[in-house]
Amino acid sequence: MLADKDRIFTNLYGFHDAGLAGARERGGWDGTKAFIDKGHDWIIDQVKDSGLRGRGGAGFPTGLKWSFMPKSDPRPSYLVINADESEPGSCKDREITRHDPHLLIEGALLASFAMRAHKCFIYFRGEYIRERERFQAAVDEAYEARLIGKNNIHGWDFDLVVHHGAGAYICGEETAMLESLEGKKGQPRLKPPFPAGCGLYGAPTTVNNVESIAVVPEILRRGATWFSSLGKPNNTGTKLFQISGHVERPCVVEEEMGIPLRELLEKHAGGVRGGWKNLKAVIPGGSSVPLVPADLCEDLTMDFDALMKVKSGLGTAAVIVMDQSTDVIKAISRISYFYKHESCGQCTPCREGTGWMWRVMERLVKGEAQKREIDLLLDVTKQVEGHTICALGDAAAWPIQGLIRHFRHEIEARIDANQAAMSEAAE
Amino acid sequence: MAVRRLDPVQPASFEFNKENLAWAKETISKYPEGKQASAVIPLLWRAQEQHENWLPEPAIRYVAEMLGMAYIRVYEVATFYTMFHLSPVGTTAHLQVCGTTPCMLRGAEALMEVCKQRISPTQNTLTADGRFSWEEVECLGSCANAPMLQIFKDTYEDLTPELLEHLLDSFAAGNPPKPGSQIGRTASCPAGGPTTLKDVAHVMTQRRNVSDGNIGEGTKN
Ligand SMILES: Cc1cc2nc3c(=O)[nH]c(=O)nc-3n(C[C@H](O)[C@H](O)[C@H](O)COP(=O)(O)O)c2cc1C
Ligand code: SF4
Ligand code: FES
Repeated sequence: MLADKDRIFTNLYGFHDAGLAGARERGGWDGTKAFIDKGHDWIIDQVKDSGLRGRGGAGFPTGLKWSFMPKSDPRPSYLVINADESEPGSCKDREITRHDPHLLIEGALLASFAMRAHKCFIYFRGEYIRERERFQAAVDEAYEARLIGKNNIHGWDFDLVVHHGAGAYICGEETAMLESLEGKKGQPRLKPPFPAGCGLYGAPTTVNNVESIAVVPEILRRGATWFSSLGKPNNTGTKLFQISGHVERPCVVEEEMGIPLRELLEKHAGGVRGGWKNLKAVIPGGSSVPLVPADLCEDLTMDFDALMKVKSGLGTAAVIVMDQSTDVIKAISRISYFYKHESCGQCTPCREGTGWMWRVMERLVKGEAQKREIDLLLDVTKQVEGHTICALGDAAAWPIQGLIRHFRHEIEARIDANQAAMSEAAE
Repeated sequence: MAVRRLDPVQPASFEFNKENLAWAKETISKYPEGKQASAVIPLLWRAQEQHENWLPEPAIRYVAEMLGMAYIRVYEVATFYTMFHLSPVGTTAHLQVCGTTPCMLRGAEALMEVCKQRISPTQNTLTADGRFSWEEVECLGSCANAPMLQIFKDTYEDLTPELLEHLLDSFAAGNPPKPGSQIGRTASCPAGGPTTLKDVAHVMTQRRNVSDGNIGEGTKN
């Protein structure tokens, strides 16, 4: 288990003062000027050496992403921080923004400086109203103390604008976020061009998740080696895990990357409701990743690589636990409904496919289908996957693929039961 | 995707009150020259707040004019984002009950049953006195405190049908309970107390005084 001394989010639950004084007491804003004095590339190199991979879902190496930003360009550069947090199961950025906001503000300054940006936008999901208000208060404090702003004490002019959406999961996708920031419907852009070449207002832009940015100051303070010594090779550092569903005590907790799933659940969440043997399946990384059935969970560790091996993913590290009482077909069908609801509608395979998949899923829940429709459904998921502008299409396909891969027997049994009931009724 | 339309019954006009007008001007100024369209969501949101939490058609026109945007562009935004309510909602409380899987696994359906019985069998339907309405929404980003719902700016978490009944009674009586966990948890800390960060004094003494030149020497002391 991660030692308390190695935790980054020391006010995760808000037991202490989230304001500037409290943040300083916990070590925030310490050495910031010294890091800036070391230069843009020193920061990028430290972040590269730390092995930090993006915490927004895809796990792209953060330092490498920053190095794609142009070093001299007549256009302004922008950092956009993604606080849209809408992937079902995810609820960690909420805790950072309301309880440890200064780590994020300091990280925003350091990351923006590294990428030669003088302006950063943070995009909150619309529903996080109180979180946004609390974060704005921290930003105001930082301006007041001249930690950020024009002519601040760190010697790099820096503005942080708190922006928000109004209820659209798709705005978490980075190019949809840029569209939304520009005042449009949040519909993803075709890539290329990538945001680093042509992003917000047509200028070089990097989009990063809240957690990716908030860990940066501590990485610089303690050194890249400290961060990379935690976790596993290629899966370094600490991570906020969000545990929901059928556990005794759901929670958000900071742990080491690569912690065994069972240890994570038992140490922090009181274990699976009814005991480990009562586990049916977990969705280990938010609603878009395929579920993992209990028999594969025995020695499963929580990191990008291990979860890839079981054909799932770490995603946002949102662990949704389902015990034996779960109607797993219904649980996945509700996720299909989510993606149907959230499709932005601009590509046909996604707009039509998500609705079609959900309707078939609803029939499977009731067993009102033919067995051959299971393969038809699987086939449709493959036609959506990889054939859309953004990854929402994939996200809608994967949970269904995982369900069929591991619980086909349950779907078939329900169809059989329904048919038996029908013929009984007919007699 | 969901089809969303403007309400057939609309007020004759809309304009920001003095305070909101000043706020709008300041908000617009946060975006670069010529990029004032970026302020469209915040402005529509403020308009909705000023207008009993729903967005009337004249407000869409008003914001379009203020930002120099084509009406159709602002209309698109108002109908795309689901937090813009295009018809009246309960004046005392509009309950947005999260129905997505993590909440469903912990009893969201039972909460919606309570809403059906106490408020209306159908969503987005006002009670006779116009004070309450409810709808099912997608994940609100509070899954470790499921099941939960949001009323205007605040969330009410760790609910049961009984706690929801109580919540509705309190709102009706005009003394809403404290937002957040309704079973006394602190944020997303495990019920019964934290499993981490217990020794705060220890955590604090780990601090490194990097300003004194100890960059990257954090784990030494
Ligand atoms: C449909 C969709 C929704 C997404 N939602 C979020 C989100 O809510 N928060 C987030 O940080 N990233 C989200 N992402 C990932 C972003 O596009 C982007 O990869 C991420 O913000 C990059 O940050 P990182 O490199 O720090 O992980 C989403 C992606 C897709 C395709
Ligand atoms: S895949 Fe879906 S959400 Fe993404 S751009 Fe296409 S229609 Fe929109
Ligand atoms: S599923 Fe309800 S808050 Fe996430």
